[in-house]
Amino acid sequence: MIPLSWYLILAAALFCIGFYGVLARRNAVVILMSVELMLNAVNINLVAFWRYLNPNDISGQVFAIIVFAVAAAEVAVGLALVISLYRNRKTISVDEVDLMKW
Amino acid sequence: MSTVQIVFLFVGFMILLAAWMMVSRSNLVHSALWLVVALFGVAVLFVLLEAGYLAVIQVLVYIGAIAILMIFAVMLTRGDVESLTHITNRYAGWAAVMGAFLLFGLVIVLGQWPAFQTTSPEAIESANPVLDLGMAFVSPDGFTVPFIVASVLLLAAFIGAIYAAFPRKKGE
Amino acid sequence: MLLDYLPIAVLVAVSTILAVVVVALGGILGPRRKDKRKSEPYESGMRPIGPGTRKMPVRFYLIAVLFILFDIEVVFFLPWAVVFRQLGLFGLIEMFVFILILLVGYVYAWKTGALEWE
Repeated sequence: MIPLSWYLILAAALFCIGFYGVLARRNAVVILMSVELMLNAVNINLVAFWRYLNPNDISGQVFAIIVFAVAAAEVAVGLALVISLYRNRKTISVDEVDLMKW
Repeated sequence: MSTVQIVFLFVGFMILLAAWMMVSRSNLVHSALWLVVALFGVAVLFVLLEAGYLAVIQVLVYIGAIAILMIFAVMLTRGDVESLTHITNRYAGWAAVMGAFLLFGLVIVLGQWPAFQTTSPEAIESANPVLDLGMAFVSPDGFTVPFIVASVLLLAAFIGAIYAAFPRKKGE
Repeated sequence: MLLDYLPIAVLVAVSTILAVVVVALGGILGPRRKDKRKSEPYESGMRPIGPGTRKMPVRFYLIAVLFILFDIEVVFFLPWAVVFRQLGLFGLIEMFVFILILLVGYVYAWKTGALEWE
C-alpha cells in the first residue's frame, strides 16, 4: 500500500506550486486557478487523513465536500470581480490595479 | 513496488507537471487545460484513497463547472494582451524562493509528526459511503447547520457574482 | 475494490492514445503549404476587417455561474436522496429549506434580467 507520507508530500508540493502561482503571476485569472490548486492540495490532505487515521468517521469527507462548495463560491465571485475589473479598466493584471495602495 | 504505488507515482508526477505547466504558460487557454489535467489527477488520487464519491464530485464540479468557468473568464478578458507578454511580476524570484522554502519547511515539520510514518490504512467497515455521507449531512445529529450554511454561502456567492459581473446602466 | 475502476482507466488510456495518435498522424502525413492567405483568419474568403477577437457577451459567464450553483446542489442532493427513506419528514423539510434558500438566488437572477438574451 501507499504510505501516508507520499500523499502529504505530494499535497505539500502541489500547495507550493499554487503558492508560487499566486505570488508570481500577474494575470488575475491564473491567480484564481492557482488558488484552486491550493484548495485541491488541502482536499488531498483531508481525504488522506480521513482514510489513514480515522476511516470510520465520515467527517473527513464531509469537510472535503464543504471545501468543494466554498471553492465554487470563491471562483464564481472572484471571476465576476475579474470581469468587472476588465470592463472598467481594460486590464486584468494585478500590478495595474494598485489604486488602493496610494 | 506494487501496482498501486506505480499508479500513484505516475499520477503524482502528472499532477505536479500539469500544475507547473499551468503556472508557467503564457497562453491562458493552455493554462486552463493544464489545470483540468491536474484536477483529473486529484480525482484519481481520491479513487486510490477509496473515496469514490469525492472522485465523482471532483470530475463533476471541478472539471465540469469550475474549469469551464475559468475558460469562459479567459474568453471574456481576452483583450488584455499586456498580461500575456509579461507573465510574472518583478517578485517572481522571491516567490519561487518562498515556495521552495515553504515546501522544505512543510516536509520537515510533517516528518517529525508520528502519524507521518503510517504506512497502510485500516480497512473501511462501512458498506456504503454515500449512505454515510447522507446521514452525516441531513440527520438531526449530523452536520445539519453546515449543510444549510453552505446553501446560504452559495446564495451569497451567486448574487454577488451576478451583481459584480452584470453591467449596470448609468445612474443606477 | 480498486479493480472496479479498471474500465474507466482503460477508457481514459484508450481515448488519450487515440487523441495523440490522430493528432500526430495529421501532423506527420498532412501536407503543409503555408502562404499569406492561409494564415489569415477565415472570413468567408473576404479580407478580414478589424481585430480577430470579438467582445463576448457577459451572459455566458452568468449562465456558467448558474450552472455551478445547481452543480453544487446536485453534490448535496445525491447523499440526501440515498438516505431519504430513512430520515423521512425531517430530511424532506431540511432539503426544502436548502432549495428555498438557493431559489432566492434564482429569483434574483430572473428579476435583474440576467437570464434574458437580447
